[in-house]
Amino acid sequence: MSDLPWYNRGLFSSLNLRQKTLLTIALTGLLLLVIFISGMMINANLPTDFSIKMQPPSFEHIFGTDWMGRDMFIRTIKGLSLSIMIGIGASIISSIIATILAFVASINKFCDSFVSWLIDLFASIPHILLIMMISIALGKGAFGVIMAVAFSHWVNLTRVLRAEVLQINTSEYVALSKRFGKSKLWIAKEHILPLVLSQIFVGTLLVFPHAIMHESSVTFLGFGLSPHEPAIGIILSESMTYLAMGAWWLAFFPGLALLIVVLLFDIIGDNLKRLFDPSQANN
Amino acid sequence: MVKINNKKLAKFLGYKAIRLLILLIVIAAISFIMVQLSPIDPVKAYLGQRIVSQEQLAIMGEYWGTNLSLGERVFGWLSTLASGSMGFSLIYRVPVTEVIVQKFTASFTLMAVSWVISAVVGFGLGVLAGAKEGTWVDKAIKTYCYILQSTPTFWIGLVLLMVFSVYLGWFPIGLSVPIGQLSDTVTFWQWLYRLILPAITLSIVGIASLTMYTRDKLINVKRSDYFLFAQARGESFWGTIKNHGIRNILLPAITIQFMSFNELFGGTILVEQVFAYPGIGQATVAAGLRSDVPLLLGIVIVSTIFVFVGNLIADMVYEYVDPRLKGEDDE
Repeated sequence: MSDLPWYNRGLFSSLNLRQKTLLTIALTGLLLLVIFISGMMINANLPTDFSIKMQPPSFEHIFGTDWMGRDMFIRTIKGLSLSIMIGIGASIISSIIATILAFVASINKFCDSFVSWLIDLFASIPHILLIMMISIALGKGAFGVIMAVAFSHWVNLTRVLRAEVLQINTSEYVALSKRFGKSKLWIAKEHILPLVLSQIFVGTLLVFPHAIMHESSVTFLGFGLSPHEPAIGIILSESMTYLAMGAWWLAFFPGLALLIVVLLFDIIGDNLKRLFDPSQANN
Repeated sequence: MVKINNKKLAKFLGYKAIRLLILLIVIAAISFIMVQLSPIDPVKAYLGQRIVSQEQLAIMGEYWGTNLSLGERVFGWLSTLASGSMGFSLIYRVPVTEVIVQKFTASFTLMAVSWVISAVVGFGLGVLAGAKEGTWVDKAIKTYCYILQSTPTFWIGLVLLMVFSVYLGWFPIGLSVPIGQLSDTVTFWQWLYRLILPAITLSIVGIASLTMYTRDKLINVKRSDYFLFAQARGESFWGTIKNHGIRNILLPAITIQFMSFNELFGGTILVEQVFAYPGIGQATVAAGLRSDVPLLLGIVIVSTIFVFVGNLIADMVYEYVDPRLKGEDDE
């Protein structure tokens, strides 16, 4: 490796890899935070102005305007912050489910096979169908979507955690604690949880992009947030009506913005994974 | 030539069949309960904004079965299921089996075409990226896959629709049948013409994970001793890739591709919605939005079988096709 990779040249050449990773995380995190907070501060009821309806992107309205003269950029930001909020809720709940199940699996053999069976069960229904069903069962809306996405995304993290817990359980210090008469709960709390905490944290962040994407997908299909809310899925499904008329900006920019947010979360997740798990850092 | 031990295969398939049966029973029960627990009133969902009299509402309630108690509904549904039929679709007004067979065949062509395309292209790109590791080709493919993995399926569909149908006008905007024509008078070419965009969308989505997987596997092979030895023996680079790389990674790649039936089905639902392609995806959305419980449950069962078969084939590829795993307990 004689020539330096791009990130070792130019402006940031004085930083080491760890600093660069931290810098990437901080910058992407800041950007997402700005999107989230500014979206939260926007009032959902945007003024409608029919004199400027269906305008293509210009300097005044950089994402154009929709059929009611609302600025698409503001709607998109609002939609993104909604997506981020749902993503946060869903990924936290799904990690809690995964953690609980991973510990349940470590109780005894029966519980372990039960959890494995549960994993198989959830992995065998197509994801979108499962989300649709749960969302219907809970009456759609934000709560329905958060729960639906949470209950369909715990599978991968549970697999990882289960294997990890199993491995820790065979270690010498756990055996020693058992000999000392410590309860299983104590071992789980004092020995296992601190070791898997970073995995849980990274796992939560890695679920995030999927959660956002699935949220917008089910909302697009009509099983998610109600049509009154400016979610990205709603904006895109509305835009389909105007697509044939050539209103490309209605679909293009909101989708692109969603793609960028998902990508940013992906970058944070990957970088954090490298920080916590240096053995994988070369991949 | 693949020689298969019949007794072992029968045992394997028998075990899998029992698993599938248990799985289906549990999924059918859970999904039925979930749909019944829903606070959404199917009659209201069906009527939407229309105003009807009280008597008509009662008739509708009877048609949908909302006047029955939960116990009666569960029992009624289980007895129809036990008699071998999946009930009667409320919105299409024909037996569920008929709807599913008709819609699934339409979707199956779409899924099969895009599955094959994504397998070939994904594997090809993966091999290319792995072989040229570190060059700009590899970086371009990697970036492409990375971005693709974070792209919502339906947005890709929308963008393709905007570019090729609205802007360039090469393809129709939607529907698998030209307007003003009966579905059975459509010629093969008309049908194929309308399949192109949905199939491309669906395969673009499927490529990313296979490419990344193939690339990683090939790079692993390239770091192995036998690869180094083959190169030291003076084999050409692409010769070694062909003889040592592809031979080793083809099987896991095929397995991965069979295991992707889950995502394939999910993608189909979205793509069909964007392109108004009348397949199983549209039927699912219609059944869900208008609370057609029998149809929705039928689709859940069929799609579960579909995913299960994909995983089963993947398992079988591992167990029976891989020549390295043979000969241990075959004798």
